[in-house]
Amino acid sequence: MKHVINVLVENEFGVLSRIASLFSGRGFNIESLTVAETEDSSVSSMTIVTEGADHIIEQITKQLNKLINVIKVVELSEAVQMAREMVLLKFSINGGPKRVELLSLIEIYQGRVLELGPRSLIVEMTGERAKIEAALEVLGPFGIKEMSRTGLVALARECGK
Amino acid sequence: MRKLSGAQILLEVLQEQGVEVIFGYPGGAVINLYDHLPDYSCRHILVRHEQAAVHAADGYARATGKTGVALVTSGPGATNTVTGLATANMDSIPLVVFTGQVPTPLIGNDAFQEADIVGITRPCTKHNYLVKKIEDLERIVNEAFHIAGSGRPGPVLIDLPKDIIAGQWVKKKSVQPLLKGYNPTYAGHAGQIQRAMQVLFKARRPLFYVGGGVILANAASELTELACRLNMPVTTTLMGLGAFPEDDYLSLGMLGMHGTYRANMAVTGSDVLVAFGARFDDRVTGRIDKFAPDAKVIHVDIDPTSISKNVTVDIPIVGDLSDVLRKMLAVVKSSPEAAELCAAGHDEWLKKIANWRDQHRLSYEQDDVIKPQFVVEKISQLTRGQDPIISTEVGQNQMWAAQFFTFTRPRTWLTSGGLGTMGYGLPAAMGAQVAFPGRLVIDIAGDGSIQMNSQELATVVQYNLPVKVIILNNGYLGMVRQWQELFFAKHYSSTQMNHAPDFVKLAEAYGALGLRARTPAEVEPVLLQAFSHPGPVVVDVVVAAEENVYPMVPAGEAISNMLLV
Ligand SMILES: Cc1ncc(C[n+]2csc(CCOP(=O)(O)OP(=O)(O)O)c2C)c(N)n1
Ligand SMILES: [Mg+2]
Repeated sequence: MKHVINVLVENEFGVLSRIASLFSGRGFNIESLTVAETEDSSVSSMTIVTEGADHIIEQITKQLNKLINVIKVVELSEAVQMAREMVLLKFSINGGPKRVELLSLIEIYQGRVLELGPRSLIVEMTGERAKIEAALEVLGPFGIKEMSRTGLVALARECGK
Repeated sequence: MRKLSGAQILLEVLQEQGVEVIFGYPGGAVINLYDHLPDYSCRHILVRHEQAAVHAADGYARATGKTGVALVTSGPGATNTVTGLATANMDSIPLVVFTGQVPTPLIGNDAFQEADIVGITRPCTKHNYLVKKIEDLERIVNEAFHIAGSGRPGPVLIDLPKDIIAGQWVKKKSVQPLLKGYNPTYAGHAGQIQRAMQVLFKARRPLFYVGGGVILANAASELTELACRLNMPVTTTLMGLGAFPEDDYLSLGMLGMHGTYRANMAVTGSDVLVAFGARFDDRVTGRIDKFAPDAKVIHVDIDPTSISKNVTVDIPIVGDLSDVLRKMLAVVKSSPEAAELCAAGHDEWLKKIANWRDQHRLSYEQDDVIKPQFVVEKISQLTRGQDPIISTEVGQNQMWAAQFFTFTRPRTWLTSGGLGTMGYGLPAAMGAQVAFPGRLVIDIAGDGSIQMNSQELATVVQYNLPVKVIILNNGYLGMVRQWQELFFAKHYSSTQMNHAPDFVKLAEAYGALGLRARTPAEVEPVLLQAFSHPGPVVVDVVVAAEENVYPMVPAGEAISNMLLV
């Protein structure tokens, strides 16, 4: 089962490496990890997506908490998480009916065309992970030439789903 | 305001922190620090290898409860500390280790004697720092001592670029560090403690399982009082030796792979197991699903990650052992009837344990070759009442020391439990002897391990540290040989030490006294001579070559499944 963990850390050099080495040293897996400064520039926020049984997740959160530079660890359960991921996609496609078809599918997934060239197309898409996965499945046959995903970012919502 | 050099700021902070001794080794990157060192009251012990500096600081810390300090140069000096740091980290020993570093502008350039020691030691320290600006130096040093000595203790490394040490800055008044992300829980939860005590009061087959955390928290007397008031049998881990007097009838000795029969049987038969500052290490538990299978588990530890890591815990209590034990004692005192019922309520159980004891005591047969167990027993008898400090190397020597020395007081036992570091014993003994010049400090050693840090004989002679090294010389890497004998059809691959030095001559070469015992009759007089000699001594005791440590739980087996003599 996938788990989303938000970690507030001191914005110092080496902190990312402490987190990464905690995961690798203890054999925990990281599916995705995003990190950026928060509104307080001395603090960074990380969103980590990981997989594991409950007792593993419990160990992960405890071990994270134990790191001196970690200020706060929150495991976001499905019910309270507001989570989004962004993906940039480049298609190599000439004009013609295929391109029209692709553009209409992109619209269905609320993607945005960032660049439309004679032989290529760059698209931005944001959404819940399931939506991104579904879009990739549908758009895949058009030939994705390059892809860059952010991994999940998440916050706790005020009221559960 | 007067400016000081980075070196002076650091040394002043050490003085404020009450540091009495630094174990160190100089080099180019820390030469400025060494230049100022003689101006301060803090003593410097020049070791012969940086690994030994860290082990010595570690031995000092274990024996005193204070934070040990080591200082080394960059590059190879720094990398030589890694084993010492990992040893201290596994056993939760408070250290602050300073390493030199190339000047900040050169960092990352593969400069001469550059090593990314912060990167290298991240997984084997509690925390570490690279000082990038001199204005951070004072704060970082204070934080390091705070982190090393509080919560679950551990080693902290500070990497000091040469330009920081040589730079100038104003020293401020040191303030209590404030760390957003670090706030260990000291106070045990009263409700959980109450719950735990109610379970304990009703137990029919209770057992205390005591680890090194009790010693680290200076809670041995509280633990002993609680056990005695409630008539609780107590078993300790390797790290917990000394937390409960082993000459008490409630003591079951050590549990685990080389634990006593009665301790391992009692764990297996218990209905309530209370773990105090222990971490359910695989050398203790053996096959995990067969460990205390019928017991409700109560676990007290200051480190939440230790709880429910290896076994599921029924009643977790996070907190400082001395706080929790005091609260438990308060519950006992406020409910005298329940406590009395409890104390009287498990006579059957104690009888059963006594039976197990009578069935299989720790034993050996002394014939005409010296048995290593006999030597340890003699050391124990001959030093009784003198409050000696025992360190060990690693292997059979360590296990016999644990089994056959009767430990009665905390902080008298220095051994590398978690990492199992050969070469630990001599430098650790040296560190303890620096702290307690008048006490008898004995390293119970193996012929293999002693060769890993025997260069420190020079240090103990130089500073007249009267450490006694007793080598149980079996001519083998004995513990590995034992495994080969039992599990690899006696295929003694690379475990025979047939090219060892003459340890008596080795001692003499360093200017220490060298003695040898070859027959059982020589053991006592030679030991007595060693103990009464005012300086450092090496005793080469020629022991039975193929003696084994028993009981033994084969790795991965249930601990009730012991190989007995
Ligand atoms: C640094 C290090 N290297 C290797 C080992 C593996 N090891 C564990 S016990 C042992 C044998 C130790 O031999 P010795 O010091 O003679 O002790 P004995 O078991 O014979 O008493 C070895 C090689 C270790 N624990 N530490
Ligand atoms: Mg040996």
